[in-house]
Amino acid sequence: MDFLSFMPEWLITHGAAVLVIMPLLLGAITAILPSERLAWFVTLFVTVFSTVTAFAILLVIFGGETQLYKMGGWDPPHGIAYVIDGLNAPIIFLICSMALLTTLYGLKSVVAEVEPKKRAPFYAAFMLGMAGLLGMVVTGDAFNVFVFLEVSSISTYVLVAMGASRDRRALAASYNYLILGSIGATFFVIGLGFLYMETGTLNMADIGGILRNLDGGSRVSMVAFGFITVGLGLKLAMFPLHLWLPGAYAHAPTMVTVFLASTATKAALYLMLRFTFTVFDVSFDYVFTVLTFIITGLGCAAMLLGSLSAIFQTDARRTLAYSSIAQVGYMLLGVGMLTAMGLTASYVHVLNHAVIKGALFFALGAFWYRYGITRTEDFAGLGKMMPWTMGAFTLGGLSLIGVPLTAGFISKLQLARAALDRGWEWAVVVIMVSSILAIFYIGRLLLAAYFQSPPEIDGEVVERNEAPLIILIPMWFLALLSIGIGIYYSDFVVQLGQNASDVLLQGDRP
Amino acid sequence: MTPHVILRIIAKFLIPLIALFAFYVQFHGDFGPGGGFQAGVILAASVILYALIFGLEAAKEAIPPSWVRIGMSLGVLLYGGTGVVTWMLGGEFLNYSVLIDGYPAKGQHYGIIAVELGVLLAVASVMLAIFYAFGSRQPDLSEEDW
Repeated sequence: MDFLSFMPEWLITHGAAVLVIMPLLLGAITAILPSERLAWFVTLFVTVFSTVTAFAILLVIFGGETQLYKMGGWDPPHGIAYVIDGLNAPIIFLICSMALLTTLYGLKSVVAEVEPKKRAPFYAAFMLGMAGLLGMVVTGDAFNVFVFLEVSSISTYVLVAMGASRDRRALAASYNYLILGSIGATFFVIGLGFLYMETGTLNMADIGGILRNLDGGSRVSMVAFGFITVGLGLKLAMFPLHLWLPGAYAHAPTMVTVFLASTATKAALYLMLRFTFTVFDVSFDYVFTVLTFIITGLGCAAMLLGSLSAIFQTDARRTLAYSSIAQVGYMLLGVGMLTAMGLTASYVHVLNHAVIKGALFFALGAFWYRYGITRTEDFAGLGKMMPWTMGAFTLGGLSLIGVPLTAGFISKLQLARAALDRGWEWAVVVIMVSSILAIFYIGRLLLAAYFQSPPEIDGEVVERNEAPLIILIPMWFLALLSIGIGIYYSDFVVQLGQNASDVLLQGDRP
Repeated sequence: MTPHVILRIIAKFLIPLIALFAFYVQFHGDFGPGGGFQAGVILAASVILYALIFGLEAAKEAIPPSWVRIGMSLGVLLYGGTGVVTWMLGGEFLNYSVLIDGYPAKGQHYGIIAVELGVLLAVASVMLAIFYAFGSRQPDLSEEDW
């Protein structure tokens, strides 16, 4: 590849560690920087650098390689290994590039939403959160996953609470998230404890090998699987464990909402895939049963009830938050099918949904930035007041519904095909119903924006006031990307999904 | 006369000993149980005892919150910086063996000392930061201020 020849050799070999360490250390420096502008530039530097590095690594991995990095030079079963393969390389690139886009967006929006004294620490917490997410995706060591899970979660609680200067409810939302997130992390680490008890190792590949030799192991590993599934389920907002999500998404600063919506739940879903398919194995009875009956069922429930709740929200941010819960349902349905096609569809939807939801939340943030609007009834006439932002919102919304030629259509098509292939016709019906519900909750906003006239204040119609360019650029980039994926790059994204499902299902099939 | 004479005298006597014990735990970490985390907590405990006996304001004068904030970052940077140095010397991140050319065992020794110092600084600062944050919380709003 041409691009790779520009990258220093050292950066590729040490890339796995650089991606995690750089935001971590520069985040610590940013925490004591006096100036918010300087903090923003440091964040921009980190995100640009990480995105370029992650892209180079993605290209290397796309060539069919797997990268193994030994932390501190210690060999894997004892030392901590960082592993990058076809499953996590796209997620790593997703996290880095979304961090870059949100940082660009943050130049204006953070000034509007976070009080001055807290802006430099805000960027510090943002970088720590990014380091945590990257760490939990990169690492091949089960306990290291927990450490980075906590790093990312704790900085996320702080970031959500920073929305308090715009909306005091952010504090309650953050507290909710703190309690539920901590319970999730505790469940996860209890599960790890049981796994360690059963296998005596913390290296994921090693645990996987030992469990396969034991043919699933005793009841201890069964309990471990239960705890890990519930713990990660909380983190990825699996249906009945989603209660922290709407509040956190609705009241956090926009930059954080976008970053959370498009990366945090995705990283947790990645962990769930990694644990259920490579650490545990679908050939074990209990894993098979849980995935086929429980995860699939919860996924379908999320798709229907999440979409249904989204229709009745009065706050547009909560509408999209409930829609996120429904979209997680799609991903879980794909996982529950346990076929290569289902996993591919699920993985494609992880990537597509990140792009779509990013664009939508960016647009909502811009509405607030200009007019202080978040309620659905205030959308009246936005099509005339902010045509460009509303345009991006429309593209994102259509993509979320799954209109042909959009990214959402690609993932829903994949998912429906996989369901038919598995012989689950009812799943196709569920997908259709959920998509129809999506037409209602997105259509409701679009109707108000385009077919109602702008409100009048003191007898004068509110004037057009478009969002600033630095806010429009990342928003339109994602909106166009979601169309681009639908028209040109669907094969590429599906290929990424297939690479991931190859990693998950290599060797032993159920 | 100031109240709590006995407490004050005993505390004055104990605080330096506690701090000294913290450093004992810190540097004994190379040879036996102990290390940066425990030492950091003990060191912070000596300052917290000072604050409990002589008041929060006196403690904040002795160790200002701005130092605490810098200490937190500096601790992390000392830890991570060791890793960056090992990168520059051509090893993996935190591979101390490369720190001193030709003497991997010595390198590991110095590497772990640097890292543990970072941990000490970070943990002690974070403990103090948490204590200051809770200690200097504003009283609740009165009814009229709502």
